[in-house]
Amino acid sequence: MSKYEALTGDQAVATAMRQINPDVVAAYPITPQTETVEFFAEYVANGEVTTEFICVESEHSAMSACVGASLAGARVMTATSSQGLALMWEIVYIAASYRCPIVMSLVNRALSGPINIHCDHSDVMGMRDSGWIILFSENCQEAYDNIIQAVRIAEHPDVLLPVVVCQDGFITSHAMERVEVYDDAEVQAFVGTYRPKWSILDVDNPKTYGALHFYDYYYESKRQQAEAMAHAQRPILEVTNEFNRQFNRHYGLFEAYRLDDADVAIVVANSTAGTTKVVVDSLRAQGLKVGLLKPRVFRPFPAKELANALCHLKAVGVMDRSIAFGSMNNAGPLFLELTAALAIHGVHIPIADYIFGLGGRDIKPGEIESVYRDLLRIAETGKVERLVTYLSVRE
Amino acid sequence: MTQLKGWRDIPIGGVILEGGNAVEYRTGGWRAFRPVFGQAPCIHCFQCWLFCPDSSILVDAENEKMAGFDLDHCKGCGICASVCPVNAKVIRQAGEKLNRDDPRLCIRMVEEGKME
Repeated sequence: MSKYEALTGDQAVATAMRQINPDVVAAYPITPQTETVEFFAEYVANGEVTTEFICVESEHSAMSACVGASLAGARVMTATSSQGLALMWEIVYIAASYRCPIVMSLVNRALSGPINIHCDHSDVMGMRDSGWIILFSENCQEAYDNIIQAVRIAEHPDVLLPVVVCQDGFITSHAMERVEVYDDAEVQAFVGTYRPKWSILDVDNPKTYGALHFYDYYYESKRQQAEAMAHAQRPILEVTNEFNRQFNRHYGLFEAYRLDDADVAIVVANSTAGTTKVVVDSLRAQGLKVGLLKPRVFRPFPAKELANALCHLKAVGVMDRSIAFGSMNNAGPLFLELTAALAIHGVHIPIADYIFGLGGRDIKPGEIESVYRDLLRIAETGKVERLVTYLSVRE
Repeated sequence: MTQLKGWRDIPIGGVILEGGNAVEYRTGGWRAFRPVFGQAPCIHCFQCWLFCPDSSILVDAENEKMAGFDLDHCKGCGICASVCPVNAKVIRQAGEKLNRDDPRLCIRMVEEGKME
């Protein structure tokens, strides 16, 4: 039997971790992920989990310990934010290339500088080409659900890639919400037992891990990694569908909210999608045909599926919570990738980018409504006058 | 030279499905300086064997002798020459700074490709 609890996003992740009871957790506390590590350390101290909890001196060490433990055949989890992820950097790439099915909770926080502790997506966007599967979560429930699924996705024999589950710093991580917490045994049964392909501790069958790959084999190794990512979508959906059936959810590659008959739509990830739904409902009540597409699986990028879902629209607005500096028009990463996907799949509709919420700047319903009004104008004229707009920045 | 495999045929994650295979990777080609014996006789103290980072000091275990250099794997770092106590003695007795390829040394580092 599941039960409802009032949990913050951080606590929801810690709860999922307690139920998963991973073999090893190596993590270092950093705002706004701190609570997850604090709660989990408590579960370890109370004997509620049998996890080997490694208190490390930095995130670089945390990810290094995760890679080592994963190669030993352990089910491994970690959690971080912003600068913590930045410090993990070189090992983040190594985790993916060694095909370590590590699960990371990433509480999105702006990267320095200037130093800031609040939400934006510059941290995760920096790791978008690192070879990790990336999942977004709108709220505490989704963060909890995604963490549970992430374990199965990462360890799927056809995937064997690390997975990062994102939620918005403070907005989700520190907001207390009603979360349906499933029965411990049910979660345990869903995640099952990890059966590693190989283990560095298998002394009877010694293998070489982390060997030097020069111009002779590096390229083949990377080609293989691309193949793993290219075929990850099917196993992701398999796990997602199984989860949906078992726990009565409706997850997919993305969520389409009142999109089918919409004229214009916003594409936005994480918590702002929740605010946008409220705006959609209010504009729909005024007879305006507006919709929302909320990406869940960002890596691998479901280009074709997104193009299919958006092709009937008259205008699309992407809301990006980070800037890809120096890219085309200094647009956001989500916009750049979606624009390419639409073009490649023959969808030629007006599209504009709206940068918002950097460093935790509030995004209010009125501003989202202004984006919809802008999109309705674009739909009418067919013209995008400003490719990139900075929402609620002081001039 | 073994046939190089395609990406479909190699284990995932860069794993090599056996241990102890570093010997198959011949790093001798990286060498710029080659260790060779000079005039001062080796005292078989095994300091070079102890310090060599590439396990490239050959040893005659039966007779407890230092037997030479494994040039298939030696990268020519010169640590053997640096830690050699006979070299230290030769330098002290010469009372001057010696080139690392000085014939009077026990272990000399000679530039690769340089004719003797």
